[in-house]
This record gives sequence, C-alpha cells and structure tokens, in this order.
Amino acid sequence: MNTMTMAEARAHDRKRWLWPMGFGIIIIVAALALTGWLTGQTWLIFAGPIVVYGVVPVLDLLIGKDSTNPPERVLDILEDDPFYRYSTYIYVVVQLILFVAVCAIIGTQDLTFWQWLGFVSTIGMLSGVSINTAHELGHKNTAIESWLAKIALAPVAYGHFYTEHNRGHHKNVATPHDPASARMGEPFWRFLVRTAGGSARSALDIEKTRMARKNRSFWSVHNEVLQSWGMTVVLWGALMLAFGIELLPFLVLQALIGASLLEAVNYAEHYGLLRKKLDNGRYERCQPEHSWNNDHIVTNIFLFHLQRHSDHHAHPTRRYQSLRHFDEAPQLPTGYAGMIVLAYFPPLWYRVMDKRVVAHYDGDLRRANLQPGKRERLLAKYPPPATSADASA
Amino acid sequence: MKKWQCIVCGFEYDEAEGMPDEGIEPGTKWEDIPDDWTCPDCGAPKDDFEMMEVD
Repeated sequence: MNTMTMAEARAHDRKRWLWPMGFGIIIIVAALALTGWLTGQTWLIFAGPIVVYGVVPVLDLLIGKDSTNPPERVLDILEDDPFYRYSTYIYVVVQLILFVAVCAIIGTQDLTFWQWLGFVSTIGMLSGVSINTAHELGHKNTAIESWLAKIALAPVAYGHFYTEHNRGHHKNVATPHDPASARMGEPFWRFLVRTAGGSARSALDIEKTRMARKNRSFWSVHNEVLQSWGMTVVLWGALMLAFGIELLPFLVLQALIGASLLEAVNYAEHYGLLRKKLDNGRYERCQPEHSWNNDHIVTNIFLFHLQRHSDHHAHPTRRYQSLRHFDEAPQLPTGYAGMIVLAYFPPLWYRVMDKRVVAHYDGDLRRANLQPGKRERLLAKYPPPATSADASA
Repeated sequence: MKKWQCIVCGFEYDEAEGMPDEGIEPGTKWEDIPDDWTCPDCGAPKDDFEMMEVD
C-alpha cells in the first residue's frame, strides 16, 4: 500500500497558508485600534466592527468561494497535522494578551467617551470571534484543547457554551427544543433573548444531571459550567483589582457584544431547518440538509471552516481543516459575516432567507421549523403545494 | 455487557438493552453494530463513542 506523506496531504489543502490568519486578523484589528488611539484617529479604534461588518463581507464578495474538498484518503493525515491546531492554540494566547492589554489602557488612561466605546466594540468583536475558536477547541477530546476552550470563553463570560453546545445543541439541533436553532419568522432580536436564557438554563440542567449521576453536588468543582464561570470571576476580578472597579462597565458591555455576535452566527446556522419527528418519538438523525453552509473563503478562514456546518454536525470532533463541502447542503448567499449584518434588520433577513427556506422544502413549509406565533401567517403567505394525491385526482 | 457513550452529546448505548427501535436487538455487542451507524441523538459517527466505566 502506498503511504502518503504529510507533504502530499498538505498539498491538497488550498487554504493551508491562510489558516494562520485566524489569529492574524485579531492582531491586525488590535493593531489598527491601538494605532487609532495613539494617532488620535478615534474612528480607527472601531476597527473591530468595521472589519467584521464591513471589510470581511466585502472581501467575501470580492474573493469568492472555495468548494474543494481534500480527498477521503488524506483526511486522517490532515487531521493529525499539528500545524492546524497550533493556529487555534496561538489564537487563545494572543486573544488573552490583547484583552488584558486593552483592559490596562481602559483602566489607566484618560479616554474620551468615543475612544472608550471604540475599545468596547472592538474587544467585543474579538470576544465574539473567540467563542468560535473555543467552539473548535471545545469539540476535541484532549485535555489541552478542553482547557484552552474554557480559557477562551473566560473574557466573554460565556463558559456555559462549552457544555451547552456539545451536549445540548448537537443533540437538539434543528428541533423546536434547541435554544440555539432559529425558527423561520423569528426575528434575530427575539432569538437573541431566547437563546441567551435558554442556553444558560440548558447548560445548568445538563451539569446538574451529570453531577447527580456521579453522586456529586451541583456545587462540585467538577461542574464544568461553574468551572468556566469561575474562570471569568477570577479573570475579571484580577483585572478589576489591578485596574479599578471602573473597568466593570467595559467588561460587561464587551461580553454582551461578544455573545450577541456569536448568537447572530447561531441564528444563521440553522434558520428554519427542521428534523422530522419519527413515530418512536425521536427526531430523525441530523443530516447535511439541517445546516446552512457557505464556502466563501474569507469568513471560512476567520471562523475555522465553521460554515462547512453540515459536515461539522456529521463529524463534530473532526478538525476544521478536514471539514468538507456538501453539494446537497443548503447554501447561504454569502458568508456568515454578511449574514450577521442582514440578521440585525429582520425585514431584510426575511426577504433574503425566507424564499430559500421555502425552496429548500420544495414549497412545503409544514416541514420547516416555524415560529409558533407566525405559523398561520407564513403558511398563508407560502401555501404548501397540493399533495400528490390531490394533483393526480 | 458494556455501555458506550457518545463523546459529543453524552448519548449512551447499553449492549444489554440494544436499540430495538432501530433494529438493534438487546445483547448486541458494540463491535457488531455496523460501522456506518451514528449516534441517534446528535449524528456523530461510531468512532466518537467511548466505552464507559461501570459506575
């Protein structure tokens, strides 16, 4: 049998040398913001939102897609190539350094309100993107990656995501029971409230059950939600001890911005998609058709292939470099970055997305995940096709 | 008889119980379950299961 060398396998990854931009982008954004502060160009301190909402969506449209897949036989070799996971490790270290550095600036320098707001929004964006890196790490079954995932979630105070995403979302995805699967007709802002509360509750329930089964108290140090939240308390506490309690509004606001950015991505990932309920009460297995995908290169680099979302649900522990594009999976018109901007304006979102959900279900919205209060209205607007029995009659 | 757990979502397969709904008879050993079988809760492949310690 031919043994393929690492070099041959690497040659199959067309984006190989772009992946380090996953952490490169947060360095660039922070450098822009610091330059803006040092040179008095206050607008540049808003580099975070400018890049996420403006530059990345435009680059996606200009640069386009990469839908190539590495052949099946190289997947295992790519999977074992440490080059890829080092990018995620470096990301976490860089993010933590940047976070502490900006907290130092906020706590020790005299800033105008607009400079302060610029740093809040930029660090908020970086915190949001770091939840995605934590997501990539949090699916891996190694101690170092699990811990780095929790560390990455500490600044943004979203540690429950680690538990809820794996054991809650992956199980309930594309069903009405999942707080992180958006329903057709559900405006983003309403989804945000539902998912924020629902995910935290779900995470606590999961750990409560797990602790009880192991005969441990809910308040055990083994409770991973409390562990992760504890890391936030320690980190935020240490920063406030060092730079003053005045840091608190900054910490809270950047965390809210970061979490809402992540939830906007969640909103796009499964909007309107529904797994069929089977006769035995279970839902059908999650299939490629239950996630929205996208192959735009720029957003895929920054989100470590998160947009190859169908393969991610089929192989949740698979590393980002080996995730594949599926032709049969529903495709978003542009990358998640551009979709986030649309999500903030619900009428615009419905205009772009609702017809895609309708087409995906061949016109039959009874098969889609609909917002309960809007069911009648949506079915009236997009009437289901006549059944085949009606048609042949 | 052993138990196997999905490392992604926590679903448990108990060899003693099988999954009669899915045509897997009680007593079916883990190695006798087809390789293309996936976690009924989250869809993760068989590779993503680990043997559980007996409590």
